[in-house]
Amino acid sequence: MIRVESLSRSFGSIRAIDGVGFEARDGRITGLLGPNGAGKSTTLRILYTVLRPDTGKARVDGIDVVRDPLAGRRAIGVLPHSAGIYPQLTARENIAYFGALHGLSGGTLAARVDELIAELDIGDCADRRAKGFSQGQRIKVALARALVHKPQNLLLDEPSNGLDVMATRALRASILALRAAGHCVLFSSHVMQEVAALCDDIVIIDHGLVVAAGTPEQLLTKFGAPTLEDAFVAAIGDARGLE
Amino acid sequence: MRAVAVIVMLKELRESLRDRRTLLTSLVLGPVFAPLFFILILKLTLARSVATQDEATPVTIANSAAAPNLVQQLREYGLTVTLRDGTEQEIRTWIADGDGLVVLRISGTFAEHFAAGQPAAVVIYADGSDTRAERRSARVHQAVAGYSAMIASLRLQARGISTTIMRAVAVDNVDVSTPSQRATLLLGMLSYVILLVTLLGGLYLAIDATAGERERGSLEALLTVPAAREQLIYGKVAAAACMMILALALVTASIAVALRFVPLETFGMTANFGPGVAVGVFLVMLPFALIGAGLLTVVASFTRSYKEAQSWLGVVMLVPTVPIAIASVLSVQPSAALMLVPSLSQHLVIQGLMRGEPLSMTWVLLSVGSSLLLGWLLGWLAGRLYRREAILG
Repeated sequence: MIRVESLSRSFGSIRAIDGVGFEARDGRITGLLGPNGAGKSTTLRILYTVLRPDTGKARVDGIDVVRDPLAGRRAIGVLPHSAGIYPQLTARENIAYFGALHGLSGGTLAARVDELIAELDIGDCADRRAKGFSQGQRIKVALARALVHKPQNLLLDEPSNGLDVMATRALRASILALRAAGHCVLFSSHVMQEVAALCDDIVIIDHGLVVAAGTPEQLLTKFGAPTLEDAFVAAIGDARGLE
Repeated sequence: MRAVAVIVMLKELRESLRDRRTLLTSLVLGPVFAPLFFILILKLTLARSVATQDEATPVTIANSAAAPNLVQQLREYGLTVTLRDGTEQEIRTWIADGDGLVVLRISGTFAEHFAAGQPAAVVIYADGSDTRAERRSARVHQAVAGYSAMIASLRLQARGISTTIMRAVAVDNVDVSTPSQRATLLLGMLSYVILLVTLLGGLYLAIDATAGERERGSLEALLTVPAAREQLIYGKVAAAACMMILALALVTASIAVALRFVPLETFGMTANFGPGVAVGVFLVMLPFALIGAGLLTVVASFTRSYKEAQSWLGVVMLVPTVPIAIASVLSVQPSAALMLVPSLSQHLVIQGLMRGEPLSMTWVLLSVGSSLLLGWLLGWLAGRLYRREAILG
């Protein structure tokens, strides 16, 4: 459960976000949709505590992540925009490293890593060095790494960027499985189709503000639009950044 | 559960030790080849100076008929004499063609002046730009001067005058350096080698763990683990220090081994770099590894990419050699105050160890203490840098 209230943050004279507020519930997939530069990444970065907001509140499972970033980080799993993994470590070691940093060790850690390898179906490359991994293998390892401490909430920043069709399908399957397990999934994207295909709730952001939010059906009704794409265009005023 | 810094350190080390390129430059090229290269140069230099001492000096004498005694004397002096007559013009062409040729031309009036007890002229021709010819001409000059002095004293004796009247001042040279000290002059460069190789040992890890991590896009994920950021960077600094210590151990060992193959004793020098000294050098350099790791990590933290970090650190690597270079130029004597200057203090202690001088414990403690303090400060600074949001770049 993630709740954001009137969050704002400036970089110098640029206001990246200016009063963003929304809610992402458990057992649902919430999509942050908006053109490039709308403030999606800044919002997520504040939620996963690498940035601090100027004003506003960000709560994950009731934890104020600005006040108590360490507790906040324990409650979330993160797949950042650039989800690089360590090329000289195997998939298993990449995942185990983050597990250890989350305080797991010994048999518990090994069992958890095995579990993730099975869940994400990366057994074939588990003990190979990540140097030669395909995009799809890499994103799965990064996802496993984000899930190693069994977080209730998952934040994904443009996860399907640069993925081929097969990798995107695999990633979608993983995200749907997480929803089925009752997790709260929040992901950002500027790809309309992806959001339409996955999300239970959509939050449309533009110029650092939430311009519309709701289920796909609610958005269609609200804007009287025949398709989500039309609703999106109506919400942000033009067709910028649509794909 | 292990401390976060330890987990990070072990992971960085594991990654570095797996990367063949890093391993090659950090632990093979530096620690093994740098001393070998240095010692090869040392050996060549020594071999050259020996060859110079024993080298036969060939000399071509023109118009030798005018001074048979002089020619005979030069042969006895050990010069390889060739007789060949020619004009001055011809002599110049011989030298232009010949390889390091030295020609002694005896003037036409030599015999006449010699008999009259007047200065009899000879001329030595050599190419002054050729160091070998220069050396040979100096020996010919010395031989002729010896002959001249001998004849002069014989003439004085014939007139009943003591030859000591010719020596108003008696000059003698005494070299007071001990064999070890003489060697240290040559081996002084070794502390540069040790210092640089130690830094090189941790260079790639420091870059990889900071600028590399950011460039590969794994930094952001790393910063979302529930640990204080400075703990992460302390682990990275510790890992770089470990690599430096490994390189340091290898380089001291390889120097100790390689010096056994340099015949320093032949020149009245002893290389005091036995196992005891090697261990001493290793121990006194340990705190320097911390400084190096902190310094490289701090600088690499400012850079945006692997390449940028590489070019910056190339310059930063030279910083610790600056105090040594300045001290060498000013030829300062070791003192307690200098022991507070990192890198210089290590240099001075290493020099002392190699000379076999008794070491002041206070000095060693000052060196270790000040270096540890600076290393700790740099580590703390790296921690501060990682707390900034801007670290994400």
